[in-house]
Amino acid sequence: MSNDSHDMDMPDTVTSTEASLSGSLDGDYDDAAGYYTPGTPLVDEKAPQGPIADRWQNRKFEARLVNPANRRKLSIIIVGTGLAGASAAATLGEAGYNVKTFCYQDSPRRAHSIAAQGGINAAKNYKEDGDSVHRLFYDTVKGGDYRSRESNVYRLAEVSTNIIDQCVAQGVPFAREYGGLLDNRSFGGVQVSRTFYARGQTGQQLLIGAYQALERQIAAGTVSMFTRHEMLELIVADGKARGIIARDMVTGEVQTHLADVVVLASGGYGNVFYLSTNAMGSNVTAAWRAHRKGAYMANPCYTQIHPTCIPVSGSHQSKLTLMSESLRNDGRIWVPKNQADCDKDPREIAEADRDYYLERIYPSFGNLVPRDIASRAAKNVCDEGRGVGPEVEGVRRGVYLDFADAIDRLGRDAVANKYGNLFDMYARITGEDPYSVPMRIYPAVHYVMGGLWVDYDLQSTIPGLFVTGEANFSDHGANRLGASALMQGLADGYFVLPHTIRDYLADGPFEPIGEDHPAVVEARTSVTDRIEHFLSVNGTRSVDSYHRELGNIMWEYCGMERTETGLKKAIDLIRGLRDDFYRNVKVLGTSESLNQSLEKAGRVADFFELGELMCIDALNRRESCGGHFRGESQTEDGEALRHDDEFAYVSAWEWAGLDERPVLHKEDLVYTAIEMKQRSYK
Amino acid sequence: MNLTLKIWRQPDAVSAGAMHTYQLADVSPDMSFLEMLDVLNEQLNEQGEDPIAFDSDCREGICGMCGLMINGDAHGPEVTTTCQLHMRSFSDGETITIEPWRSDAFPVVKDLVVDRGAFDRIIQAGGYVSVNTGSAPEAHSVPVPKDDADRAFNVATCIGCGACVAACPNGSASLFMGAKVTHLGLLPQGQPERDERVVNMVAQHDHEGFGGCTNIGACTAACPKEIPLDVISQLNKDLRTAIKHGH
Amino acid sequence: MKGARASRTTIALKLGMAVSGFIFLGFVLAHMYGNLKAFAGHDAFNEYAHHLRELGEPMLPHEGALWILRLGLIASLVVHVYCAVVLWRRAARARTTKYVMKKDTGATRASLMMRWGGVTILVFLVWHLLNFTIGKVNPQGGATNDPYDLMVDTFDLWWMTLIYIVAMLALGAHLHHGIWSAAQTLGWTGTAAKRQRAKVFGFVIALIVSVGFSLVPLAVLAGIITK
Repeated sequence: MSNDSHDMDMPDTVTSTEASLSGSLDGDYDDAAGYYTPGTPLVDEKAPQGPIADRWQNRKFEARLVNPANRRKLSIIIVGTGLAGASAAATLGEAGYNVKTFCYQDSPRRAHSIAAQGGINAAKNYKEDGDSVHRLFYDTVKGGDYRSRESNVYRLAEVSTNIIDQCVAQGVPFAREYGGLLDNRSFGGVQVSRTFYARGQTGQQLLIGAYQALERQIAAGTVSMFTRHEMLELIVADGKARGIIARDMVTGEVQTHLADVVVLASGGYGNVFYLSTNAMGSNVTAAWRAHRKGAYMANPCYTQIHPTCIPVSGSHQSKLTLMSESLRNDGRIWVPKNQADCDKDPREIAEADRDYYLERIYPSFGNLVPRDIASRAAKNVCDEGRGVGPEVEGVRRGVYLDFADAIDRLGRDAVANKYGNLFDMYARITGEDPYSVPMRIYPAVHYVMGGLWVDYDLQSTIPGLFVTGEANFSDHGANRLGASALMQGLADGYFVLPHTIRDYLADGPFEPIGEDHPAVVEARTSVTDRIEHFLSVNGTRSVDSYHRELGNIMWEYCGMERTETGLKKAIDLIRGLRDDFYRNVKVLGTSESLNQSLEKAGRVADFFELGELMCIDALNRRESCGGHFRGESQTEDGEALRHDDEFAYVSAWEWAGLDERPVLHKEDLVYTAIEMKQRSYK
Repeated sequence: MNLTLKIWRQPDAVSAGAMHTYQLADVSPDMSFLEMLDVLNEQLNEQGEDPIAFDSDCREGICGMCGLMINGDAHGPEVTTTCQLHMRSFSDGETITIEPWRSDAFPVVKDLVVDRGAFDRIIQAGGYVSVNTGSAPEAHSVPVPKDDADRAFNVATCIGCGACVAACPNGSASLFMGAKVTHLGLLPQGQPERDERVVNMVAQHDHEGFGGCTNIGACTAACPKEIPLDVISQLNKDLRTAIKHGH
Repeated sequence: MKGARASRTTIALKLGMAVSGFIFLGFVLAHMYGNLKAFAGHDAFNEYAHHLRELGEPMLPHEGALWILRLGLIASLVVHVYCAVVLWRRAARARTTKYVMKKDTGATRASLMMRWGGVTILVFLVWHLLNFTIGKVNPQGGATNDPYDLMVDTFDLWWMTLIYIVAMLALGAHLHHGIWSAAQTLGWTGTAAKRQRAKVFGFVIALIVSVGFSLVPLAVLAGIITK
């Protein structure tokens, strides 16, 4: 240890549970006992058997066809217009189905897929560097820490190449080499160059491609678009998803939309943490209302936290901004050794008084350790009181990312060439010049791997409800590889769902239901009751203030590192806060017009219930895997310790009612094409 | 910082609106402009006054949802989106005038929120390549010169925020339209529909009630993505070519 | 808008303005050249004016070429003014609720003056034609049948020279933006370098035209050109 004056051990909550260090658990021990009800095992009945490389081909062949003449009579509702939703809507529209699409923004082009920077993976092997479908599959399963379903991941890798062809044909301006062919880069620590990119705006370009395809279908009349509409309830009639209740956010009208099948492509729920890199409007409501209607929620605790975000500047902070991880290639991360130095100008802190903690703890990987390790280490040093930057609520949450050495070594111009746009972005947001003062960074919630449980066909536990993109749980296991989110969204929307949904639709059109069907009436009433409740409470606290407090609880106890005591405390806090919210929230205005506080109230109400389930899920999973680190499950060196013998399953949670214990159904993960291994970064 | 804010309030699309004045104290220079409005809304909520409606989503300058006229400049004094504008660009005691985009093609929905559906309809008129899913050839079958690909990317960075329309003294959407026509026109994939695309998009633009371009350049000065005036030249050229081809 | 016609779009109107504008530019340059003949004296100037009427003879009748040019100019004027009026009205309808505060960041003054500047030039044109072509009004009450003398009589009055100078400033401003704008409308300025060249070209031509036209009246007023 380079520094004796400070205690470098993990915080007490971590070291207190030495029982877990042995690597195996007492089989009877269950942290979440009392918080949930054990349910029957869950089996994916659609999962094909046979050699892994043939499964998708076989499934496509076995899925029944729908006669082109009948497609017009079949109606599909798609909620969300990000990569997964827009691509599915365009493709199903082209096929001739009758599609209705919904988004809460003013245009489908605003969906948050647009903010993805890095790139999109595809097993094209254009660099002839040993890439293949199997290697992409292998890397993705390994990256997900062996908590994803292998058939799904293989399929993802398989269709990845079609995505690039499709996007290029749409006119997506990917980066190219001088010969006019597509350029690739290596991304997220993998050893092959398989990432296609459009400078730092790959998500934008892919989304605009899908958006244009969608607009083309809107013009053709196959897709009807409902912008500024928010899904507030799912209609499940006679055991099938048959429509949604949506609110027109401009007029306030509560509308019933009926269809033969419903697709949720509504994105992730990172905003349960209040501060995240998600868009302001990103929410869980569509997925959560479906969960309450019977769709299981899988692995909700799997959250990805990104280490290089711009730190919080004050309590007014509304969102966090990500900077590309590539910064860690040349920047050195450090904090002062002495707390007393934390408010000093960093340039005046002597080299001997700096703690380059990643280089110290992980000498071989140094600043390039994986996302979760870098994130956790940053939190630990800040919890010790050695964070830098402005004090927000009494704590400095930030660490230095210093380019002084890189500028000395490579020259300012070379650094500007590589990172110029990121430096500009940082300077714009913080008002500091990163060429002369070290950057400050801090981890932030970025992506959720958890989501609604789906089978191989992307169908949830409610027949007729399909879930795609970040809203489902299927492909990333406990951790997502860089440049895989875009791949999954487009794979689901362009190439997977259009095939699997037809097998379901082959039985349609289903018996028409009217607006007087009891299920419709029930759904409508629950929506209008909830709206009326929020408007009538007339309490004293704003929706945002509750959301911020919930976010703090989630970040503190269900963030980078979770412990049994912390999670139990969080559950109590969330329940108390939720009760107070229903009694004391203040929502002004009416329901008959644009009312942004009212919209937020509904979303935050659902975040409360989700947050509690996330904590219960984290409590149950007494192992560290991927983005989920349990303090009780670590090696003697403080590294994540997975327990394949006990936790190689998907946790699929069934809603049992408010204040009832959710039911846990376990889907065992079986690997036939791949062998499970522990990772090491020392 | 202490600020005086003059803000357009309008309850809905049909009611009349007016400027209202608010005082806001203790504004941090590190706040973004929208966070400053969040703080004002918290204050209004406490006082029992309807919070000010404004659009924003990603708050990192890429989704194009935010957009306010700030002291007479679209997105304010810096070349960026409203969400990436920070209060350090203003001074203590300043009066800030905040209005919605003014364009009859972008009707006000409420307060500072406008309806930019006209942009979607312009794209619907032809801002795409007609290729069905699954029918695409192998990506490397058509090489694209790097310069063309890079230029296409540069203009494809348009975020559809509408600042060009808001800033244009004629209320024209030529920069928005030109960016899409240029992006697709630079790529081999965009060639088959090139003539039809430009004619249909411009016709839709006119139908929506946007004004004609007089090459003033206020659009490009306001554009947070710095889309150059090149694209309007290209738009005009493509339309001229379409006339020549008998469209 | 499926089946839309390219010729019915705002851009087609702009093309009309650009082409008619360039025709005017050619005329204005030729006109200026003729005016500068005043420095060569009474006979040279009048001979030039007379020659214009005989241009193309005997292939064309007397004043034939001149009338062809005049008809071309009248047609251009109709197109230019018609397109301008339609586009102006469109622009007015595009923003019926004005901003409380609006800065035109990025705009040159010339670009914002095109419409009222154009109106100024149009009014001036009417006066100018009355003065020298149709009405042949000699403000000093002298003879009107000698073009050179009529010109000298006119510009010997300081206020007449002032009117012309103001008109030439308006014309200069109009050309300064109009030339580059027409180049842009015709699609000739697809890169930053070309755009810069068009702007410089517009400025230089505007300067040449406004200075070139102003020289003669100023010279008369200064007593350099006399009867």
